[in-house]
Amino acid sequence: MILLELYWVFLQIGAFAFGGGYAVLPLIQRFVVDGRGWLTMREMTDLVSISQMTPGPIAINSATFVGTKVAGLPGAIVATLGNVTPQFILMMILAFFIFRDQKIGFLEKMLKGLKPGIVGLIAIAAISMFQSSLFEGAVALENLSIVSVVAFVIGFTLKLTKRFDLIKLIVLGAFIGIAGNLMILWIG
Amino acid sequence: MSKTIKLREIFLAFFKINAFTFGGGYTIVPVIRDEFMKKRGLIDEEEMLSLVALAQSGPGAMAISTSLLTGYRLRGWQGALTALLASILPCLLIISVIFYFYEAFSTNFWVKSALLGMGGVISAVLMLTVYDMGKAALKKNKYFSLTLMVGAFVASFFFQVHTILIIVTLALLGLGTFSFFDEGQVK
Repeated sequence: MILLELYWVFLQIGAFAFGGGYAVLPLIQRFVVDGRGWLTMREMTDLVSISQMTPGPIAINSATFVGTKVAGLPGAIVATLGNVTPQFILMMILAFFIFRDQKIGFLEKMLKGLKPGIVGLIAIAAISMFQSSLFEGAVALENLSIVSVVAFVIGFTLKLTKRFDLIKLIVLGAFIGIAGNLMILWIG
Repeated sequence: MSKTIKLREIFLAFFKINAFTFGGGYTIVPVIRDEFMKKRGLIDEEEMLSLVALAQSGPGAMAISTSLLTGYRLRGWQGALTALLASILPCLLIISVIFYFYEAFSTNFWVKSALLGMGGVISAVLMLTVYDMGKAALKKNKYFSLTLMVGAFVASFFFQVHTILIIVTLALLGLGTFSFFDEGQVK
């Protein structure tokens, strides 16, 4: 049954997304894009862009988005609840102990292994998103989209200067996309 | 703690906080601090710090964990559940509406062009974020961290090892290594 499958998939994603917001990306790619084909890589990239402009964490936004796509509003609810179930249970157990002043060193030790490793996994998601947003189809020179290359270069440069926050950068990206495609239409 | 708060108030406060806090992650912490520490005086600085530390060490979105732990601190498991539901409700409403717009308009010229440019920018942002995260992760126990970073990348990218298997292995390696050795002994 599809609702049960949604719940189970997002429960696993929620249980293993350690190490910050983007840590969920390799799991979404694995389970949702490669595993079930519920999203294309292109849609996943769009979803991450949209997530930056709306309130709420990427993990929750992804669960709602994919849930709605697969099974409408019930799907959204089930996927989102599945996603938060592990952290709810774990945090309740840990809060019960920590508010009684007990140390939880084992989690900190686990994180020392998780944090650097997760970076390696997020790097793969970043490469896939790079490919899907700069190339229309397979990675080949004739599939390269000039407009997104321009957006990539401008975004990269401005992010390096650190003077723009994320939302402004994404909005700028939207304008670059529209202006670029209008120019292509106009030229030819 | 002498002051109490109704579940309804917890619900409204977290709904509001999560509906208007953009960016996710750590950005929500100062907002929760303002609301429950400074404005209402229900939580003290010390407790807030341990809540955030706990939220950061668990899986899942940190903003959600911080919210539900604050709810737990205020009214036990009922408070936690209330805070959790109030935190995910804004996302559910907003994103399910956005989904229908996306489905209807993602092939429209203007929306498609905007998404194309946004995709370029977000790829650049993600690449630089990965670089920053990598640099931060290598600050301590450089060789140990580098080995796990490269190992995880190679295992997943070249050998298609299942992501969950990699994550469990990483956790066990961290747990094992730092249980047997002190922080300073691991290079």
